[in-house]
Amino acid sequence: MISLPVITRISLRALRANKMRSGLTMLGIVIGVAAVIAMLSIGSGARQRVSSEVASMGSNLLIVVSGSTSSGGARMGAGSDPTLTLEDATAIAQECPAVLDVAPLHSGTAQVVFGNQNWSTVVMGTTASIVHIREWQVGSGKAFTEQDERHANKVCLIGATVAEKLFGSLDPVGRVVRIKKIPFTVIGVLEKKGQTLTGQDQDDIIYVPITTAQKKLFRALVPGMIQFMMVKAISTDALDDAEQQITALLRQRHRIGQGQENDFTVRNLTQMMQTAVNIARIMTVLLGAIASISLLVGGIGIMNIMLVSVTERTREIGIRIAVGAKTWDIRLQFIMEAMTLSLIGGSIGIILGTAGSVAVSRAFHLPTGISPLAVLISFGFSAAVGVFFGFYPAYKASLLNPIDALRYE
Amino acid sequence: MVAATERRHQPLISVHEVSRIYTLGEHRIPALNGISVSIERGEFVAIMGPSGSGKSTFMNIIGCLDRPTSGTYLLNGYDVGKLSRDALAEIRNTTIGFVFQGFNLLPRTSALENVELPLLYNGTPSRRRREQALEALRIVGLADRWHHHPSQLSGGQQQRVTIARAMVNNASIIMADEPTGNLDTKTSAEIMELFVRLNHESHITIILVTHEPDIAAYSRRLIRFLDGTIISDEATAAP
Repeated sequence: MISLPVITRISLRALRANKMRSGLTMLGIVIGVAAVIAMLSIGSGARQRVSSEVASMGSNLLIVVSGSTSSGGARMGAGSDPTLTLEDATAIAQECPAVLDVAPLHSGTAQVVFGNQNWSTVVMGTTASIVHIREWQVGSGKAFTEQDERHANKVCLIGATVAEKLFGSLDPVGRVVRIKKIPFTVIGVLEKKGQTLTGQDQDDIIYVPITTAQKKLFRALVPGMIQFMMVKAISTDALDDAEQQITALLRQRHRIGQGQENDFTVRNLTQMMQTAVNIARIMTVLLGAIASISLLVGGIGIMNIMLVSVTERTREIGIRIAVGAKTWDIRLQFIMEAMTLSLIGGSIGIILGTAGSVAVSRAFHLPTGISPLAVLISFGFSAAVGVFFGFYPAYKASLLNPIDALRYE
Repeated sequence: MVAATERRHQPLISVHEVSRIYTLGEHRIPALNGISVSIERGEFVAIMGPSGSGKSTFMNIIGCLDRPTSGTYLLNGYDVGKLSRDALAEIRNTTIGFVFQGFNLLPRTSALENVELPLLYNGTPSRRRREQALEALRIVGLADRWHHHPSQLSGGQQQRVTIARAMVNNASIIMADEPTGNLDTKTSAEIMELFVRLNHESHITIILVTHEPDIAAYSRRLIRFLDGTIISDEATAAP
């Protein structure tokens, strides 16, 4: 049997003899492998981004929203019928064992003014629990306290976007802004969280104590009413239990009889975000699948050029068989040639694909997801492409009749 | 042991009632019609005959490139007529060397590497390959041109490289199909003298197909073919 170094030398020489052709054939594999690597790493970058969004939302979250009203057949949407109260929130926090913490929320849009700057933003009345339910750090200053809530103090916690729009480079802590013309003291600025998946700016927000919101800003129809609450379960596994306990407790508190519909809705936010992660994963697979089609086309290019090469070199094959090359000597020679094409092409493709995905992730601020495993798999895959698409031409070459091959012009 | 003893008395090549029939669709075209012939070690045989007389088919079978349709062909006492493709390749590699009219050297490959070619397929280590190939080139008188590519060599020199390749692994038979067909008279004579020398000095059996009586005259036995049969087989005066 012919030795590996010899066969490698023969392959390299044959490829060098047709530089242009070898280069173009490799290009097919280069593009294929680069596309697969780029798509997979961009896809996994996007997935990481979504996952970090999920984390930024706060983990193990449920949202309880008031029921909807309907007037004249037009249903007004979740939260339009104020059925939840501050007491419901307190009861859930105290009575549901699967619940870690609850933050009631009552919000509206308001114009906020500081000096000659003004900005329209979402003002949310809530409790101090919100910062740790949403796992949100206070960058400078501090969060409001239970005391602020009890006394309905006019203090507020502002998001990074609001701070930037109103204060520019000034330190907002301790300054007074006017929300709906009512003066509020800024006691803290929240750290930047960035955009949600749907493009909402999470930092464009102001938190005020719930009591202040209810009494001074957005007067509720019924005192003590809230629009929704955020609930943190004790763990991911406890989410379903928490949902059931909250539903049972609220039905009991709202005196909803058997067979009647709930006047509230519990949404599993973590589950929704998980769905988004799954969608990102499916997108990655889809992109990878589309990219691998180009790798397939590259492989067919190799096969095509190897078939041409076998025909062109019929005489050479005849000589080799005549002097004693066996079936597998000839097969290995051509498979090796195809593999050399695909491996060199694959290596260049890995470099280009990696560079491409780094560039894309820089441009779109995605985390890069290039794993050594993906690179290894691409390399192995391109070797496999060489063997697979090189086999048929090699097989054809090995079956040539030496007498005819030697006479071939 | 009995078989071995018997084999010692076998001729190198023993062909018995060999036929080769090509099938082209419905048609059966006989190229050889039951020929029988023996060739001993160290003979120098010339084969002549018009085109289509079956001499090339005969050479292909003797050279283990083709198998007879019927009859037996014993090489060194082994029935090679029924061996597999790879087994035949091994016999060609170790026993038979070919010299063709069109040289059939690998282009863009040095003379040395062309001569090394048969050794690539039998696991000879690279150092030994080089030594043997250089030695073969020295015998044919091309030691100083080992690095030249075929395109840089004259026709006569290319044919010498082919001869070196044919004898590099101590082949016992060299089969030459019109080896001087592409060469001028002077070069032809040189090549033929090289064959005579190899036959004399290295006791290599030489079987040669030719159209030209001048070339056939270098041999010591002349077999004539016509219509797939042998019509004469006689010793010729040594030159």
